[in-house]
Amino acid sequence: MSSITTQDSNTHRAPRGFSLAEYMTCLAGIVWREGLRFLHQRERFVSALVRPLVWLFIFAAGFRQVLGISIIPPYETYILYEVYIAPGLMAMIQLFNGMQSSLSMVYDREMGNMRTLLVSPLPRWFLLFCKLLAGTAVSLLQVYAFLVIAWFWDISPPSFGYLTVLPALILSGLMLGSLGMLISSGIKQLENFAGVMNFVIFPMFFASSALYPLWRVQEGSPYLYYLCEANPFTLAVELIRFAFYGQVNWISLAVVATCTIVFMIGAIYAYDPSRGLVRRGPAGGEG
Amino acid sequence: MTTSAPITEPRPTAPVSDPAMVAALSIDGVSHSYGARRALMDVSFNVAPASFTALLGLNGAGKSTLFSLVTRLFGIQTGRVGIFGHDISRTPGEALRLLGVVFQQRTLDLDLSLTQNLLYHAALHGIGRREAAARAAELLGRIGLSDRAASKVRDLSGGQMRRLEIARALLHRPRLLLLDEPTVGLDVKARADIISHVRQLVTEQGIGVLWATHLFDEITANDDLVVLHQGKVLAKGPVARVLAEAGAPDVNTAFMRLTGAQTMPGGGA
Repeated sequence: MSSITTQDSNTHRAPRGFSLAEYMTCLAGIVWREGLRFLHQRERFVSALVRPLVWLFIFAAGFRQVLGISIIPPYETYILYEVYIAPGLMAMIQLFNGMQSSLSMVYDREMGNMRTLLVSPLPRWFLLFCKLLAGTAVSLLQVYAFLVIAWFWDISPPSFGYLTVLPALILSGLMLGSLGMLISSGIKQLENFAGVMNFVIFPMFFASSALYPLWRVQEGSPYLYYLCEANPFTLAVELIRFAFYGQVNWISLAVVATCTIVFMIGAIYAYDPSRGLVRRGPAGGEG
Repeated sequence: MTTSAPITEPRPTAPVSDPAMVAALSIDGVSHSYGARRALMDVSFNVAPASFTALLGLNGAGKSTLFSLVTRLFGIQTGRVGIFGHDISRTPGEALRLLGVVFQQRTLDLDLSLTQNLLYHAALHGIGRREAAARAAELLGRIGLSDRAASKVRDLSGGQMRRLEIARALLHRPRLLLLDEPTVGLDVKARADIISHVRQLVTEQGIGVLWATHLFDEITANDDLVVLHQGKVLAKGPVARVLAEAGAPDVNTAFMRLTGAQTMPGGGA
């Protein structure tokens, strides 16, 4: 072994980088695998669909007698409670999916699958971004499947709404996915995730405008109202709600876009090997 | 396992100059700690191209930490890791492109088919679908699993999964192959198959192999050997030289002497 040098000057080919085609192949491969895994887990698809439908068919039916909805934008007329909560349920699907993708990342890390992804020579930020896009694509499948069933339940926006809601769904899917990814980087074991579900999903969902307009909350507790207003999930719901009727809620758009960028940078930072949270040792020493 | 088909394709990612002069893997003064616990202390050694280097150490010696550093799962705290001269910290893409890894843990998607697992890996390396499918079919043929191409990985035996993982690690035609205790949990036959397959890769394809193990009988007289104990390299070099220096007739005895000396006060290697 003594005849071997470790000098790198002039002894190897200059870095050739990666072509756009290589990036695209990688992206397509990650989305394809995520889609395959999703299709293989039929229970996940069914439960992703049943969850919002239970809210729509049962909760909303019971609750609409209790809660009257006044005319608030983007609605131009009195609406049924079911119609009000539909955008919130779309966001809920994405919230669950985002957290579930991150759950699968914790699982992947425990099982070692994550390593196959991370030893890819492509830049790590790109791999994580692909992973986010893949998760978002899966959430879109779920949301549109929900909308098809909801249509029979008279949740029928103007037909262009199905198209205009798409960019909003992509953005909110990315935001919730990157939030999940950020959280997943801090979780060391799968068991800890149950706690995160309770501490993240439920507070985010209930302290939002998904189930009730916030002026109703304000009547009850002004502090809770401010909390709901500041909840990024509220803004995701409102972004979807307006987009569903072909309108843009600019404040929501700005906040959701900002949160997406912040969470994404955080997640990429956390998964950076040189400083991130995942560098914890196998024996779990370092904090 | 039949592995006789020679590789004829050019290897586009091979280093340009005399490959014998550049280490396939160079570990240079690498230390790593988890908080107060030091897992690696000033570890340095090289793996030559077309060589079989055994990294011998007990569980907890630091082998897996070293693998995590080379595969960039952890950042390098001190020292330098190069793959064919590409620094893993500075140009990770170029370095990882030349590296194939088989981790100790199984890392296959159990619910996907053999081919799907290979195609996913190819995509991660930016290899287009058509080329990837051709390579996957060829590699499955070489590990004798062509007829199982569409089966779910879950239905394979432990030995078959390992072979598939090795095939997957070779899909992007790396020049350096890292295997972390790849024979753990396999029966005698499967173990022998894997070892002979990897040795063939060294002789026929000129791949540099770093084989982490705690099993002495996996090491032969012609190998290079690195003895890692409690995070330190106690001995390195061709097996014959290590044996001579330790004054031992076999690897087992040499290892006991080296590690015994290490734990004695004032001792060292």
